[in-house]
Amino acid sequence: MARRVAIVGVGLTKCSSHRRDVTYPELVHEAVSAALTDANLKHKDIDAVVYGAMDPFDGVFAPERWNVDACVGAGALNKPFIKLTTGGTTGGSVALGGYYHVTSGLFDVVLVVASQRVGETLEAQLVLNTCIDPIYERWMGGGAIMVGANQAASHFHFYGTTEEDLAMVAVKNYANALNNPYAHLQRHLTMEDCLKMRMISWPLRLSDCCPSSDGACAIILACEKRARKITKTPAWVRGAGQITDNYYVGDRPWFQDWEALSILAHRVYSEAKIDNPLEELDVAELYNAFTIQEIIESEALGFCEPGKGTELLRKGVTSMDGKLPICPSGGTLCTNPIGATGLFRIAEAALQVMGKADKRQVTRKHCENGRTRR
Amino acid sequence: MTQEEEILIMPGAWNLPFRHTAGRFASRFFRELRDNKKIFGVRCPECRRVLMPPRPLCERCFAAIDEWVEVGQQGTLEAFTICYVPFLGLPPPPIATVMVKLDGADGCLSHILSGVDLSDPDKAKDVVKIGMRVEVVWRDERKGEISDIEYFRPVG
Ligand SMILES: [Zn+2]
Repeated sequence: MARRVAIVGVGLTKCSSHRRDVTYPELVHEAVSAALTDANLKHKDIDAVVYGAMDPFDGVFAPERWNVDACVGAGALNKPFIKLTTGGTTGGSVALGGYYHVTSGLFDVVLVVASQRVGETLEAQLVLNTCIDPIYERWMGGGAIMVGANQAASHFHFYGTTEEDLAMVAVKNYANALNNPYAHLQRHLTMEDCLKMRMISWPLRLSDCCPSSDGACAIILACEKRARKITKTPAWVRGAGQITDNYYVGDRPWFQDWEALSILAHRVYSEAKIDNPLEELDVAELYNAFTIQEIIESEALGFCEPGKGTELLRKGVTSMDGKLPICPSGGTLCTNPIGATGLFRIAEAALQVMGKADKRQVTRKHCENGRTRR
Repeated sequence: MTQEEEILIMPGAWNLPFRHTAGRFASRFFRELRDNKKIFGVRCPECRRVLMPPRPLCERCFAAIDEWVEVGQQGTLEAFTICYVPFLGLPPPPIATVMVKLDGADGCLSHILSGVDLSDPDKAKDVVKIGMRVEVVWRDERKGEISDIEYFRPVG
């Protein structure tokens, strides 16, 4: 029988283009310490650690050494420790790994950590290229940007989305990031600025693409019994899941819709008993590595019909003062320590539910007296 | 960190050569490109889709495949982008990367489009379009790899 699980502590590091002030383990330790402090726990309280990174970006592949060293302050030494790595989705995978540890009943309190130093990667393209099928598809380089650009070009073609729409996503996220002291890119950006930016891969300009960031993130998950003792503001996990997609990108050339995400959303909403996400959610933290992805994801997640994501955006529904703010943190568009990014999304969402998001806090319409609705 | 404190940087590099077998299916596909200038897909016995590029299993049906089907050398552009900065492995920008559904195939081949002026994005987006017809241009000296197809160009 699956047990209820809550996020009871969150720790983020300041992200930047190169955190020269700290070594890899020190950077991770910064996040781990912050999470322990947030939950008011000691290392002896942690039963197991789930760790994630996409090693080629860091240039060090040493789960048994650097990663453990980084978590020693959390008592990783001599404790169960598992590393998960699934490319750009690593951050989400470690959170799920930790969730399964606790909901299964095997562990009561689990530390989940993800880190990435893309700022120490001198040739990110070389690393991204290793993610592509080596037999048929790798020869033409490629990588994440081309996927984003294909998505945008298809959305333009089928739904009439424009460069101005993409710029609106960038302007909104950059403005939100100014409220987030941990965000990497922190500067004011206007529509005019965006539309003058260098074209990277049509129709994506520089401001439509995420940066390369150094950063680490940690969360602490606990079973219901422990969670209620640890904090008055647990962020309960009401639904969780992941999904695979086609191996060959050529098998799904309809980039304008994100079918797999849509299937997953329905599964998770069903688990969480959500019928109408636009009405029932207070906030969404999405993996918007490219501006277009925020639009396509908002459609796949059922916030609107396919092709209507730009309408939500133009009406301000997804702005900070709108009905369903997307990425109050500034999102992946302003901070991307790749393997940690998925965990940042979950951590940011938890901070919102806990009421700890400070200047980027949204109104919690579905929480009562600061306590999460059951 | 005080401003006067000097932080040193330690260099690092991964230089790890590998050798990946193409296996029986991709090898046959590449041999046909190299020796006969023919493009083959494979048909799944259950869903009847012609998988392109060829692989030994259908991911939808988990069915083993052994029927080879030659597909056309013209096709339809299903998705694209035009790169304006240099990308690893690609010719110098601007260059269009495209997904082409060859006639008779159910999946797309990832490749590049040439033979059109891409220098101005505002004009290029009216020339390169989803749904346009394109055709294969073969390389003279072929080595048994995808780039034996040098590029795709608009039909006509
Ligand atoms: Zn099949």
